[in-house]
Amino acid sequence: MAEAAAIAAESLAGSKARAARTVLGQVVLPGEELLLPEQEDAEGPGGAGERLLRLNPGARSRVRVVCGPGLRRSGDRLLVTKCGRLRHKELYWVDSQQKRYVPVKGDHVIGIVTAKSGDIFKVDVGGSEPASLSYLAFEGATKRNRPNVQVGDLIYGQFLVANKDMEPEMVCIDSCGRANGMGVIGQDGLLFKVTLGLIRKLLAPDCEIIQEVGKLYPLEIVFGMNGRIWVKAKTIQQTLILANILEACEHMTTDQRKQIFSRLAES
Amino acid sequence: MKETPLSNCERRFLLRAIEEKKRLDGRQTYDYRNIKISFGTDYGCCIVELGKTRVLGQVSCELVSPKLNRATEGILFFNLELSQMAAPAFEPGRQSDLLVKLNRLLERCLRNSKCIDTESLCVVAGEKVWQIRVDLHLLNHDGNIIDAASIAAIVALCHFRRPDVSVQGDEVTLYTPEERDPVPLSIHHMPICVSFAFFQQGTYLLVDPNEREERVMDGLLVIAMNKHREICTIQSSGGIMLLKDQVLRCSKIAGVKVAEITELIQKALENDQKVRHRKEGGKFGFAESIANQRITAFKMEKAPIDTSDVGEKAEEIIAEAEPPSEVVSNPVLWTPGTAQIGEGIENSWGDLEDSEKEDEDEGGSEEAVILDSVKMDAGVISNIGSQDAPIVLSDSEEEEMIILEPDKNPKKIRTQTISVKQEKAASKKPMKKRKKKRAVN
Repeated sequence: MAEAAAIAAESLAGSKARAARTVLGQVVLPGEELLLPEQEDAEGPGGAGERLLRLNPGARSRVRVVCGPGLRRSGDRLLVTKCGRLRHKELYWVDSQQKRYVPVKGDHVIGIVTAKSGDIFKVDVGGSEPASLSYLAFEGATKRNRPNVQVGDLIYGQFLVANKDMEPEMVCIDSCGRANGMGVIGQDGLLFKVTLGLIRKLLAPDCEIIQEVGKLYPLEIVFGMNGRIWVKAKTIQQTLILANILEACEHMTTDQRKQIFSRLAES
Repeated sequence: MKETPLSNCERRFLLRAIEEKKRLDGRQTYDYRNIKISFGTDYGCCIVELGKTRVLGQVSCELVSPKLNRATEGILFFNLELSQMAAPAFEPGRQSDLLVKLNRLLERCLRNSKCIDTESLCVVAGEKVWQIRVDLHLLNHDGNIIDAASIAAIVALCHFRRPDVSVQGDEVTLYTPEERDPVPLSIHHMPICVSFAFFQQGTYLLVDPNEREERVMDGLLVIAMNKHREICTIQSSGGIMLLKDQVLRCSKIAGVKVAEITELIQKALENDQKVRHRKEGGKFGFAESIANQRITAFKMEKAPIDTSDVGEKAEEIIAEAEPPSEVVSNPVLWTPGTAQIGEGIENSWGDLEDSEKEDEDEGGSEEAVILDSVKMDAGVISNIGSQDAPIVLSDSEEEEMIILEPDKNPKKIRTQTISVKQEKAASKKPMKKRKKKRAVN
C-alpha cells in the first residue's frame, strides 16, 4: 500500500500522465490523468523499435474507449474521480469501496417514504436529497385511484431524473406504463444496508450466491442499487440468517461461502 | 444530513424478533457485544470499541488555581463530543439534546461518585491544583454510546500518568517525565454504565442495544455501578413505567456485567503495562494494537447465529404446509385472444368500489355490465368495442351464464381496456373485484 501510494503521489507531483495500460490493477487517486492507448503510441519514446510509417499523418486510428464508474473524460485524457484500483474488461473502471449512494438515472432503488404532500411523495433513497415520486407514477393510477402508500412504506422504483443540479425524481412504472415488479414492497421482511459493490456483484447475471441461497429456503428478495436489500422468509430466524449471510458475503472467499452453505443445508 | 428514516417494515420486524427473543446479530438478551480496548503511545489515550461503536478517550492535566469554595481540591472536567464521522445525523449545530443528556449522565457517573480522589490533586492549597480534563470523542455510532463512553473515560483515567510534583516549604518542583516517572491518579473505584432498553411498555428488555434497537425502543434505563456492587448513578428515560422488581433485576444483571467488564479492563491495563516496561523495548500504541484493515482483506467478526433449530422448524413448516398449488399450465381463456395465466399478486390498492359508482367518464376505459350471476367463477369480461356493441360471451369451458333482466340495477364497473396482449396484472384486477362482490353477496 505504501509503495502504490508513493508511485501515485509521484505521478501527481507533475510528471507526465501515465498510460492507462500500465496502471491496470494499481491504486489510482482522484485527480490523476491517464493516457489512452492510442495517445500513448504517439507520445511514446521515439525510435524504439520499428514505427509504422503513417501515410496519412492527420488521421489517427480511433480506438473506442468506454469510461466506467470512477472515470471521466477531460479533453482527450481520462480523469480519475474516485480512489481505488483501475480495472479493464471491455471498459475501464475504478473498483472502489463505497457505501454512500449517488442517484443515477435508470437505477432501480429501494426508498422509504418520508412525507406525503399534495400530489407527491418524498422518498428517502440514501442520497443527498429525498427523491420525489408522483402518486400518478404507479400502474393503473388515476386522479381518483390513488395508490395505497403510507409514510414509512418501502418503495421499489427507478429514477427518471437524477443529476447533480436537481432533486431526483423516481417512478414506479416503466416506459410502457407497466409496473414490472416496482411499487410498494409488502409489509413484513427485513431491510438492511450493504456496500454498493456487493449489490453489483449480487445482481450480476450468473451470481452463484443467489442461486445457492435460493436452494436453502423459499424467500423473497429485492435489491436496490442504493445499497439496500429487503429479504423475507417464512420465519424470523430464517430471515435473520439470510440477512447475515448476505452481509457476510462481502468478506468471504468462495470456499468459505461454500462451507457455510453446506453447513446450513445440513442443519 | 437528516437521519435515514426507519421504515414501518423494519420497526415491525424488529419488534417481532424481540418478542421471539431474537436479536439482529444473534446475541442473547443479556449479552454484550465484544469489547476491545487499545491504548495509544501517550499515557491517558485509549480507544474503546463496543461492537462497532468506537469512542476515543484522552486525558490531560494542567496546573491551575483552584475554585474559590474548594481550595484544596483539584478540578475534574469531562467532555463528550459526537464527531461528524460517527453518524450522518450528527452535524455541528444539530446534536444538542442527545449531547447534553450524555454529558450530564457521564458527569454524574464520574464526578458525583467520587471515583477520583480530588484531594490528592492539590499541590499548594488555595494556589495550585491539578485540573484533569477528560475528552471523549465518538468515532462511530452503532448504539449504546453511554456504555462505551463510560468505559473509555475510566480506562483513560486509570491509564493516565501525571507529572510528579514535590513541595518543600515554599518551593514547588514540577518534574518532567524524563526526570522522574509520572505518577498515576488515585482512583478509588471504577464506575461503569450499563444500559437496558425496554420494548412494548416494559415487557421485553435488552442489554446493550445497538443502533436499530435503540430506534424502536420505548425507554432506556442506565445503571452505573462499580465492581463492589455500589450503584453510582441510575437514570430512566423515555417515560416508561418500571416495576420495582424489574429495576432490581436490572441492577443484579448490571452487577454481573460490571464485574466482567472491570476484569477485562484490568487485564487490558496490565497487558499494556507489561508491553511498555519490557526491557527489549516492546511496541505499544495504536499502530500496533489496531488491526490493519486492508480493503482487500476477507475478514469479518463472526456473528454467532443459532441455526440449530432451523432444520426442525423448516421440516415442521413443510410438513404442515399445503403443497403449492399446481402451476397453472392451462391458461384460462377469457375471450378469443385474451387469456390469463396464474393469479398475479394481491391488489395493493385500497377499496375503490365506492368511488367508482359516480365516475362514468374515464378516457380510454370501457365499462362492462356485471351480470349478477352466482356461478361466475371464470367470469365474463367483455371486450366492448363501443357502448352499443353486443356483449360477447366467452366460449371457454366455464359453467353456464345466467343473464338477468335489465331492470335489476346492474352495477357498472369500470375496467381497463383489454387488449389482445393482455398482462396478468390487468386481468387480475377485475377478477379480484368480482371476487369481492361475491364475498359481499
